[in-house]
Parts: sequence; C-alpha cells; structure tokens
Amino acid sequence: MATLIIPTPLRKFTDGNAVFEATASDVRSLLQALSNSHEGIQKHLFDDSGDLRSFIRVYVGDEDINELEGTDTKIDDRDEVSIIPAIAGGTK
Amino acid sequence: MSHHDITFSKEELERYSRHLIIPEFNIEGQKKLKASSVLVIGSGGLGSPLLLYLAAAGIGRIGIVDFDTVDASNLQRQVLFGIQDVGVSKAVAASKRLKSLNPHIKIEVHDTMFTVENARELVSKYDVIADGTDNFPTRYLVNDACVLENKVNVYASIFRFEGQASVFNELLADGTRGPNYRDLFPAPPPPGLVPSCAEGGVIGVLPGILGSLQALEVLKVISGVGDTLSGRLFLFDATGFTTRILKVRKNKDNPLNGENPTQTELINYEQFCGIGTSTEEKREVAEMSVQEFDQWRKEGVKHILIDVREPYEFGIAEMGGELIPLATVLESTDRIPKDIPVVVQCRSGARSARAIRELEDAHGYTNLINLTGGILDWQEAIQPELARY
Repeated sequence: MATLIIPTPLRKFTDGNAVFEATASDVRSLLQALSNSHEGIQKHLFDDSGDLRSFIRVYVGDEDINELEGTDTKIDDRDEVSIIPAIAGGTK
Repeated sequence: MSHHDITFSKEELERYSRHLIIPEFNIEGQKKLKASSVLVIGSGGLGSPLLLYLAAAGIGRIGIVDFDTVDASNLQRQVLFGIQDVGVSKAVAASKRLKSLNPHIKIEVHDTMFTVENARELVSKYDVIADGTDNFPTRYLVNDACVLENKVNVYASIFRFEGQASVFNELLADGTRGPNYRDLFPAPPPPGLVPSCAEGGVIGVLPGILGSLQALEVLKVISGVGDTLSGRLFLFDATGFTTRILKVRKNKDNPLNGENPTQTELINYEQFCGIGTSTEEKREVAEMSVQEFDQWRKEGVKHILIDVREPYEFGIAEMGGELIPLATVLESTDRIPKDIPVVVQCRSGARSARAIRELEDAHGYTNLINLTGGILDWQEAIQPELARY
C-alpha cells in the first residue's frame, strides 16, 4: 500500500494519525481514498472545481507532483506521498 | 564596505577563534560576517535563537523589527527575554540583551510593525532578511519585499510539533535567483481553512530548533560556505522525529518573477489573505459587555452561559459556563435552551460570535448573546485571579 504523510494541521481529521495507507494507482485516487475515509478533510485539499488548493503541495518522494503528472502521477506501494501545507507560525 | 577591508581587534580574534580555526570558514568567513547586515523580522520564538546566534557569531549590523511587548506567556520559548522584560518593548529588550552578549556589533532597533509602507525601505538597508513572523499576511509581505528588493529571505515556520525551513530568493552562481515563497505556496489559505486561534500552540523547544537552523543558513548565505536550503524545503516533525527534504522549483506563474510577472509592487496583504472580506463573517450578533454580564449575575437575571472553547482551554481558566466546543454546538442544541437568554463566550469573542451565527442559521435561535472580549475581558475587568493565555 502507498503511504501518505498527513501534516499536523490536518491530523484533526485523521484521529491524530500522521500516516494513511491505501492501495492506489495514482495520487488523485490516494487523496480520494483519504477523503472518503475521513470526513471533513476533502475541502481542505480540493477547491470546488476539484483542483488542489494553492496552499497545499503534494510530493511523491522529494518531488513536487507539479513536476511530474500532477494528481495523475502514478504511484506504487513503495512510494511515500506527502501533503505539505502552508503554515505561518513563529509564535510572537 | 568590502570584507577585504575588515580588521579585528585582539578581543574579537579571541572571541571568534572557534570560527577562525575551521579551515573552510577561517578569517575570511569571519570578515564576511562582520561586513554584513541582517534584518530579523519578529523577535519571538524564531527570532530569539536567530538573534542570539547571529549576534554571538559576529554579524556586523543586525536590525530587529518588532512592535510587540514581552508577555509572560512568551517566556516558555522566547529565550531572549527574562521576567524583568515583561511589559517592555521586545525590540528594545532584545537590543539590550544582544549588546551585553557582543559589544563589537551594531544593533538597530525598529520598534514598529512591518507594514506595506515601511517594508521595502527596511529590507533595502540590509544584506539578508530572516523571517521570524507569525502570520500569513506578514510572511507574504516579507517575501514580496525581498523579491522586489533582490534580497535573500531565510525562512522558517512552525506549528505545534512541526517546522519548515528554506532559503528563498538566493542569488545563484548563474546570476539568477532561487525559488521564493510564492513558488512554493502561490496563495495563502483563507480564514476558516487555517488553524484558528483555538488550534495554535507550539512546543517550547521547536522554535529554538528551527530558529537555530535559520541562523545557520544566514551564516552560510553570507560566508558562502556549504550548500544552503535554496531550492529545498526542510521539514521536521518532532512527534515522530522525522525529517524530510523536498525540492522547491520555480513556478512559471509566480506573479512576482515568473514568466509573465503581474505584480511590481507590494499589495494589500490582509485582503490577499481574505481577512475582513467575508460579509457573512461580519453579520452582527447581539452582544453584551463583561460589566453588563457581571451585573446580570449579581442581580440574578435568569440566563445560561455557554463556553464554546476547547476542553484544554477550559482547564486553564473558566468562568462557570457550560463547555460546548464550537465544533459541536450544532449537535448540542438539547443543551442550549430557546426560552431564556443564552450568553455565549469564548476566549476573545470571535468564536462565540461564529457559534451564534451558526446556531441562528441552522436552528433559528433568537435568544443568543455574545460576550464581547470573552474570558480575556472578564479576567481583566472582573476576575483578575484567573489565568490569561
């Protein structure tokens, strides 16, 4: 199963879990599997037209999917996919 | 001044000797530090270790931008400050501390907010900028000012147990500039999709780690030693102690320096981040002050008080309300009557106003009253023995 790394701000939707695993052939179906099994997370990943939001990056390994095939990027069981959100904290 | 013209006193040579005896760094690297200037924006969690290490390392001129004053809740992680500084301007207190650490360098205090009006002028006066701010509007402002003024932006950001660091807009060997923050995140999350004030918090050591990494990258940028994080994003998750380094590419659609730049000056960053633009969020709700509420309690006016904060906040301080966290109010209507006044309260009054709008929209409530200023105002005016957070 492919591994998806969940960032801290989204872990409130995954019962605090940092890792989600599912069998998926591409990035979109992996993210869809995450959305299907965790209510409320979908709108944080995709906008109304189904595009990834501009403050979320998705990586396969260390490469941005925009440099690959976007959400159509093929993945296999060895791949580690990461959701990287913009975070602003610095704690003043 | 070229770093070739730099000289050191005996005291300085002794102070910096651990740099001077690193073969790759040596006195040439130290001269570059002394000839350079760094602007640190924000002297909080990230700014504390940044400023301490930059001053200790011998950066010739350091600017500090901060408009805030030291609060007791800062001391959990802002190691620049001590209890004697509570209530004092951060930039002023920081300057005092740094001067006592290293008298051979120049410290410049900018006791002001970093704004669209002063950003480019401030940034233009320094060689390298280090971003230690804590919110999206200021982060985009720092980035854009650095790109427009051709300055390096050494970046770090933290959230709870997680941190990010990178070096943006660095001048590369081929004369081009490396990726910047907008290549990574073209636009910020709108309010509602960002963690709210109830969901903040940070483990005390984490800004120390990320701020120290920032200081290290500043020294590398200036000395030219090693490979910086330009074009790479460093990620640290303290919960599992995992680190990752991801590639950051330039985005041809970058509005500042992509193929067809559309932005040639600074913009309104509050608006860009969607702050204060939602009319729905602004719809007025009935409200009362903490003084009026105190009067109600003294006179025995029949009402109930609902506290829509999180349980961990309730544990710090509470004012006798029934705890129903914001996310659960719509499913908890059996505990929220319609026939007597219901006062709704949170930390500062924003979440309770939102709870009221949600209940009015979904269930037709007409008896809900927002406690303005929340438990913070209550603590200040009525019950000083409560803890502030």
